[in-house]
Amino acid sequence: MPTLSSSALIAELEASGLLGRGGAGFPVGRKWRAVAERAGGGAVVLANGAEGEPLSLKDRSLMAARPHLVIDGALLAARAVGANDIIFYVGSEHRTAEAALRRALAERPGDVRGRARIVAAPAGYVAGEESAAVHYVNAGDARPTTTPPRPFERGVGGRPTLVQNVESLALAALIARRGHAWYQGLGHGRARGIGLLTVSGAVNHAGVHEVELGSTLSDAAAAAGGLNGDVGAVLLGGYFGGWADLHEQWGLPLDAPSMRARGLALGCGVVHFLPSDTCGVEATSRVMTYLASQSARQCGPCVFGLSAIAGATQRLAAQSPQPGDLDRLVRWSGQVTGRGACHHPDGAAALMNSALQVFADDFAGHQHRRCLTIAEPARVAVA
Amino acid sequence: MAEILQIDRIRCNGHGLCAELLPELISLDDWGYPIIKPGNVPPSVVEHARRAVDACPVLALRLARTAALVAL
Ligand SMILES: Cc1cc2nc3c(=O)[nH]c(=O)nc-3n(C[C@H](O)[C@H](O)[C@H](O)COP(=O)(O)O)c2cc1C
Ligand code: SF4
Ligand code: SF4
Repeated sequence: MPTLSSSALIAELEASGLLGRGGAGFPVGRKWRAVAERAGGGAVVLANGAEGEPLSLKDRSLMAARPHLVIDGALLAARAVGANDIIFYVGSEHRTAEAALRRALAERPGDVRGRARIVAAPAGYVAGEESAAVHYVNAGDARPTTTPPRPFERGVGGRPTLVQNVESLALAALIARRGHAWYQGLGHGRARGIGLLTVSGAVNHAGVHEVELGSTLSDAAAAAGGLNGDVGAVLLGGYFGGWADLHEQWGLPLDAPSMRARGLALGCGVVHFLPSDTCGVEATSRVMTYLASQSARQCGPCVFGLSAIAGATQRLAAQSPQPGDLDRLVRWSGQVTGRGACHHPDGAAALMNSALQVFADDFAGHQHRRCLTIAEPARVAVA
Repeated sequence: MAEILQIDRIRCNGHGLCAELLPELISLDDWGYPIIKPGNVPPSVVEHARRAVDACPVLALRLARTAALVAL
């Protein structure tokens, strides 16, 4: 590994423009600088490989295929922010990834092995949220905590903690090796750099694909072997992202800033093509039911709001709504945003709002007990 | 210095007392949990805000100086 000084490393990352890949897209260099300035030597690095997002596979695939790259990134981060301890927080279901990391760590010198450990993250969507991860490492409880203090202020063992997604760390390692100009030289249009996508749904080869940022949705479909049927809508960014109309967004550049400008999110790089014969109300109901079930059940608006939203989507999906369910969904999605200790309700509300726009006709139809997708309930002839 | 109302969502158990004492800034959602009007607390209601903070039975509500907020 190259031995840039801590400040040169951070400057290199800042110049690269690398954005975090855990969902929020925060600039990586700026975060390292904030922790370095605060820590004065006693920081902790928490490499986030929880990957609780049901449609994402990229973090576990990366840890399984390139464990040394993830470790390199974490070591660089530790050097840059002044950390002695490194924690690899890996989803307990991601067995192959954990085994690969464990093997790779065993190949490292004793001083690295002595500073790094793997912590198995409990299953669940919220366990990967940064304060939940810190809470789990500190106290065995993977529920988010009230912020401030945020982990970068007071995290693992009360010390400033850099929580960074494993893909972000791997890319940081590549940038340290090859320089920011290398990273800036990749990408299409105004987007710079590369990233991992998990492409699923109506494609021929679902899976993880590396793309240059700024590649379009159409490129993502092509990378996954092309669409294998009619598709009307696509889920972008995962369960915290949003639905988009594929015909409008076919040329959408996959890049956090470009997507944000259109009210969309790259999130953790999930691209899920919904087959046209699947009802958008039904698909949304399944996502909302899952997200409601994943609330850490600490904050009233999240506990009651998400379960109310999920209940209404279920009634609508079943074409047996209560009068006013659709209006209630609009009001409730507005009400829960920003009102949890963590961003879980915000992500859920964003998904719901996007569904109400993209599937507006479908939701209106279901409020009147009519599904536009499956106009006639499928009757399968039984011989 | 300007102050804003902050709420500890984990502690708050929806007593709704705060909304009674400070209707200028706090309303309740469909489940009885407070919705805080965004922005600084206007000087004219700072006294009411302080009373609401003191009345919250679980100490979930507080007034914070806006300068103390860190963006990261
Ligand atoms: C409910 C919730 C779940 C999250 N789960 C994950 C996760 O599984 N993996 C992850 O890297 N980030 C997850 N995050 C984001 C983290 O809080 C944090 O922002 C991220 O790990 C920082 O890394 P990055 O800046 O490299 O993206 C989650 C956030 C929320 C609100
Ligand atoms: S907002 Fe929801 S998921 Fe987040 S801490 Fe509160 S109850 Fe838990
Ligand atoms: S008084 Fe306290 S516990 Fe009751 S609703 Fe207001 S903040 Fe929540």
